[in-house]
Amino acid sequence: MGTENSEITPKRESLFSKKNRKLLKDPLGDSNPITIQVLGICSALAITVQLQQAVIMSLSVLFVMIGGNVIVSLLRNLIPDRIRIIVQLVIIASLVIIVDEVLKAYQPDISEKLSVFVGLIITNCIIMGRLEAFALANKPGPSVFDAIGNGMGYAWVLLAVSIVREIFGSGAISLPGMGQVKFLPEEWFIASGGFYENNNLMILPPMALVVVGIIIWIQRSRNEALIED
Amino acid sequence: MAFNKNATGYTFLFSIVMVLIVGIALAYTSLSLKPLQKKNEADKQMVDILGAVGITTTRENAKVDFPRFVKERLSLDFEGNVLNSTSGNVDPNDTSDPFNLDVKKDYRSKKPASELSFPLYICEKEGENIYVIPVAGSGLWGPIWGFVALESDMKTIYGAKFDHKTETPGLGAEIKDDFFSDKFKGQKLRDASPYFTILKGGRKIEDMHSVDGITGGTITSVGVGEMMNRTISIYQLYFNSVINSSEQ
Repeated sequence: MGTENSEITPKRESLFSKKNRKLLKDPLGDSNPITIQVLGICSALAITVQLQQAVIMSLSVLFVMIGGNVIVSLLRNLIPDRIRIIVQLVIIASLVIIVDEVLKAYQPDISEKLSVFVGLIITNCIIMGRLEAFALANKPGPSVFDAIGNGMGYAWVLLAVSIVREIFGSGAISLPGMGQVKFLPEEWFIASGGFYENNNLMILPPMALVVVGIIIWIQRSRNEALIED
Repeated sequence: MAFNKNATGYTFLFSIVMVLIVGIALAYTSLSLKPLQKKNEADKQMVDILGAVGITTTRENAKVDFPRFVKERLSLDFEGNVLNSTSGNVDPNDTSDPFNLDVKKDYRSKKPASELSFPLYICEKEGENIYVIPVAGSGLWGPIWGFVALESDMKTIYGAKFDHKTETPGLGAEIKDDFFSDKFKGQKLRDASPYFTILKGGRKIEDMHSVDGITGGTITSVGVGEMMNRTISIYQLYFNSVINSSEQ
């Protein structure tokens, strides 16, 4: 679960107050759910073969995160303490099922590639962690910011990893609605007499771990306060 | 707070209301998206049938390509008699169209074969008839299904295409990859049951009636073998009658 826990604010504050900006900004960097808290790694490794999948996955997680945070935050004074984890799980699971059904209807090909990983958003620790650590104790406004911040923190790592993996693994980049765009000339490839070959290792999950590792390395070398003993 | 949100009665009330709201919301979503999902599934079925015959197409083009290559759609009873035959475009609302027979649902229903009908697709490619048999069965976690295409001798496998719902990624889920289905090409069915085997190690290269299963995906591989044998044994009756009538 998350290490940090934002305090409850009793007084009214403006939309882009320092506190709200912090909620948005922190998860992008110094408390990033993937690179710092190392949550939600499973899906980050599995579905980052193509940019297109990563975009859809990020949007799905963002939707579930915002929906879950807002609903739990609105109900925070009504949810019985003893069953709060069950309630959170039911809310997350319902949102995920809705996402899954919508993808099946409108994005069948991507839904098929994401396969079980859409369903596994239910068990994504980032979402459960934010509901438990933040939404349950805060008003809907800050909860939305917290959800967007953490969702984007998850998303940018996924996008970065998938861009690297797709460029080096497939020699192409897939944009939603445009399909895979190949930008290397066909004659460069060894198959047609050239010198270049796609790195197949990039398509396999271990390389996702290595790429995430490199991001973590860069991040910690820039901010040494993040390095644990 | 005026009420005690931790009282047992309130906890029950909260749960009941929550379940009702969630149930209604999910039922509504599911029902309103059903037609689109059905259409996607039908397109996918066409893509997979053509895929088993080695024709690559997309969801968008499936509607056009399917009737071009599939010249006849049959439905058979459990003794191999032809019940119905159609050709041309697929009408998703025509229940007598063999294309709309849901073999996965039939498998789940656990009805005896005598109460079911079995679809068979006869494709024409390069002047040869290719018979495509839909198969359905169980993997490790959930349903698996696929299409097995036989050449005009009704013995040699022309191609195959498998898919699954929730098999383990990297293990059983690999039955849907080409490296697995490509191994079936050119293999032959035996004359009697078991018609085909998926082996767990020890396969001899000269063995023409089997392929290697997937390492770490034994139960899924066994499921593939089981569904092929169970289904082919029924279609064999039809094939025998076709061969007999052509010999006379």
